[in-house]
Amino acid sequence: MSGDSELCRLEASELAKRIADRDVSAVEVAQAHLDRIAALDTAYHAFLHVDVDGALAQAKRVDAGEVEGPLAGVPLALKDVIVTRGVPTTAGSRILEGWLPPYDATIVERMRDAGIVVLGKTNMDEFAMGSSTEHSGYGAAHNPWDLDRTPGGSGGGSAAAVAGFLAPLGIGTDTGGSIRQPAAVTGTVGIKPTYGGVSRYGLIAFSSSLDQAGPCARTVLDAALLHEVIAGHDSRDSTSIDAPVPPVVDAARDGDVSGMRIGVVKEFAGDGYQSGVTARFDEAVATLAGLGAEVIEVSCPHFDYALAAYYLIAPSEASSNLARYDAMRYGLRVGDDGEASAEAVMAATREAGFGAEVKRRIILGTYALSAGYYDAYYGQAQKVRTLIKRDFESAFEQVDVLVSPTTPTTAFKLGERVDDPLSMYLADLCTIPSNLYGGPAMSVPCGLSDDGLPVGFQVMAPVLADDRLYRVGAALEQALGTAALLDEVWRRDHAATS
Amino acid sequence: MSYDDVLDRYEPVLGLETHVELGTATKLFCGCSTVFGGEPNSQVCPVCLGLPGSLPVTNRAAIEFTIKIGLALHCDIAEWCRFARKNYFYPDMPKDYQVSQYDEPLCTDGYLDVALDGRTYRVEIERVHLEEDTGKTLHVGGDTGRIHGANHSLVDYNRAGIPLVEIVTRPIRGTGKHAAAVAKAYVSELRDVLRDLGVSDVRMEQGSLRADVNVSLMPPDADQLGTRTETKNVNSLRSVERAVRHEVERQAGVLDAGGRVVQETRHFHEDSGTTSPGRSKEEAQDYRYFPEPDLVPLAPPRELVEELRASLPEPPSVRRARFAETHGYTAVDMDQMTNAGVVDLVEATIDAGAPAAKAKGWWLGYLVGRAGELGLEVAELAITPAGVARISALEDEGSLTNKLARQVADAVLAGEGDVDAVIDAHGWRVAGEDELVAAVDAAIADAPDIAAKIREGNQGAVGPLVGAIMKATGGSADAKRARELILERLS
Ligand SMILES: [Zn+2]
Repeated sequence: MSGDSELCRLEASELAKRIADRDVSAVEVAQAHLDRIAALDTAYHAFLHVDVDGALAQAKRVDAGEVEGPLAGVPLALKDVIVTRGVPTTAGSRILEGWLPPYDATIVERMRDAGIVVLGKTNMDEFAMGSSTEHSGYGAAHNPWDLDRTPGGSGGGSAAAVAGFLAPLGIGTDTGGSIRQPAAVTGTVGIKPTYGGVSRYGLIAFSSSLDQAGPCARTVLDAALLHEVIAGHDSRDSTSIDAPVPPVVDAARDGDVSGMRIGVVKEFAGDGYQSGVTARFDEAVATLAGLGAEVIEVSCPHFDYALAAYYLIAPSEASSNLARYDAMRYGLRVGDDGEASAEAVMAATREAGFGAEVKRRIILGTYALSAGYYDAYYGQAQKVRTLIKRDFESAFEQVDVLVSPTTPTTAFKLGERVDDPLSMYLADLCTIPSNLYGGPAMSVPCGLSDDGLPVGFQVMAPVLADDRLYRVGAALEQALGTAALLDEVWRRDHAATS
Repeated sequence: MSYDDVLDRYEPVLGLETHVELGTATKLFCGCSTVFGGEPNSQVCPVCLGLPGSLPVTNRAAIEFTIKIGLALHCDIAEWCRFARKNYFYPDMPKDYQVSQYDEPLCTDGYLDVALDGRTYRVEIERVHLEEDTGKTLHVGGDTGRIHGANHSLVDYNRAGIPLVEIVTRPIRGTGKHAAAVAKAYVSELRDVLRDLGVSDVRMEQGSLRADVNVSLMPPDADQLGTRTETKNVNSLRSVERAVRHEVERQAGVLDAGGRVVQETRHFHEDSGTTSPGRSKEEAQDYRYFPEPDLVPLAPPRELVEELRASLPEPPSVRRARFAETHGYTAVDMDQMTNAGVVDLVEATIDAGAPAAKAKGWWLGYLVGRAGELGLEVAELAITPAGVARISALEDEGSLTNKLARQVADAVLAGEGDVDAVIDAHGWRVAGEDELVAAVDAAIADAPDIAAKIREGNQGAVGPLVGAIMKATGGSADAKRARELILERLS
């Protein structure tokens, strides 16, 4: 590997500064990351498609001064659920294999205008349904901390790319925890912004009322810089909020939590939480108290029903959102022998193109929306959703943010839960409530568990108070020195490749 | 068994679901053009093709048009409502669900008064809602024209996403033998309302207005409605009437034979005027409606609703009353013209300069009949109101005889050109006095027997001579003047 690979160790804000100062060219930075991907991604399988030509072309635009901005020239790993014009976009599914979209997602346009260099499309559970990337139609991604373990899911590819120094920035999408849980188990920072804070135009829908794209990074400030690029109103998304973007970068630079009221969610502790996870979480809470925050225990009684409500609402919406993959207009087509009816081709294509988890959820959702069952399932789940919103609203009358472990355990082994859907679903226990509510939430590293694997600390804030996440995240990052945790991954890979 | 016989024994109950394509410049959820007749799949984008990741954004004009329709039909306008997804798989549905409205329509509980033969029928409107149209499938090969049996299918998505308003009546009862005529009059009246609102071009032949006709029969003493059938996509006013008549007769046949009417959708066949079974409701799909999560709820501000209410044009029924008074038409005249669907045509003919009586006479007394013979809607005839006014003026100034005038009209209907072009081409004009005198003298000379009878005072013998003169002049002679000339010469 060339000596330039040291560039891959730098955080995004530092890279952007050096590129702006002409210490290094954007093309050199892009090439260094592309080389590292070539060297290491056979092990991580973080990428489904590497866009060498597109990345270098964008880097040249930056070097030519055609675009500038706080992240100009910084490489990024883009989750394959985000639509990119002329670049393969599969959402991790075989059913979209070979599809070349004719348009760009709004956030892709915004990143291009900001000079960000998209290196390629990252691995994920099919249609973002999963917590390990094992449900990817193209094989699982691996955790840079331990290749036998999952980098989480569904956005495990972006998290692995960021944790493995294949890219300083990533984009994930979070429907029930798909940004935060991978961040937690890879020792990176991941944010689900307020629902409607980032445009969904060009985000391939899993569950429309829950999906939200957000940033992944190795530092809180880098995540904030990316947040600011992608957030803001978009007239192409009716659910996009027409309000100013919260001052996330200022909050990340500031990191002052003195006087903040921090609510510890009582329901997210006890059985099922790994002792090392609980220990690091408690220490982090004590650290915040030491920094002058007021810590209060808060009960959110309906959070216990969040998982059940989620597994009715998300599959219901998915059963409808995924209907369009019918072989008629794009993607896979199976069984079209000239004799078969349209219905037969649709059925054969969906049978062949969708994986087991996607089929499971389509069936679940179809059932929950059926005449005679709607009220008992989908209708009831919406009522629970309302109760969970109320839990958040009443909690935020007492506290400024809520906190919990991001996920009950550290990274589990590949293969360990793949045949046991319920244990897989539990990985998202703590992250799901924020999706049902619509408020923003972050996972920030808070140390290593007894098993030597990273532990994530979750911060949840009221709708449009995304800046509070960054304030708390930056405070912890500085006090605990957690941005340095990934040095271990860097040293090991560097030793192996140099 | 005749329609009238059946309706001595059963009460017909109607229901009409009318789909109207709105005339907005762009589609319901994207910026694509709605112009009719473009190259297949030339008016599409990621949104109306339902490409992965695309999202809908509601067209404000479509909402306003729908509210206007609701207000014109005396409906309540929802303060808050949502779109819903109607889920089913079909190749002409880009997303395999249709964005529609389900239990929260934009407009509810209205009515439309329909005048027929001196009576007014109040048709109650249950709901008016907004949805997106589907694409159009062309089944190629096979002989059924339907998906089963076709060799392959082609889909045009230009129509996909065009805003479509569905207007649903409550069951219409008490129409008795007038059921078919009321159904037609309702659609006709609705068409006039929509046209006056300027929300649609309401062209049934292009499918921008299409009706689904529900019919059931019940014995007079029954306390519940009979099983209904739904005849889909009836595409002309005449067909609405025929479809009702056919279903009444068919269902009575089934019931009289002790059978059971099957609840099903049926297809109407323009050529035979009959219906045939489509999909049976017993195997109907569960559409799994749920609120569309990609769109925020609609909450039309009350000020907007009132603004739209204030902008409504005069209703067609009021406009017609004023029109009748201005031109001296009687109630019977108006009924006849309304039922024949020629009020607007008569008005346009008057506007083009024709006297009121002649305008009415031309349309009701001649052109409506010709339309029937040609199997066309009267508005589809190839003659314009201006053309009718021109013929009428030529008739009045004596340039055309009544007979010649109809010949001119027929030639225009046959597509030979406009009125003056047709007259020039055929050399049709009233014979001049010299020509007429010559023809009269020739006719007298050719028929001395008849001439003698007339000299003897037998005026009844004049007719055959006039006939001979008409024949000799190719019909261009003024028959009245010919008669005068004969009598002058033979008195
Ligand atoms: Zn479009």
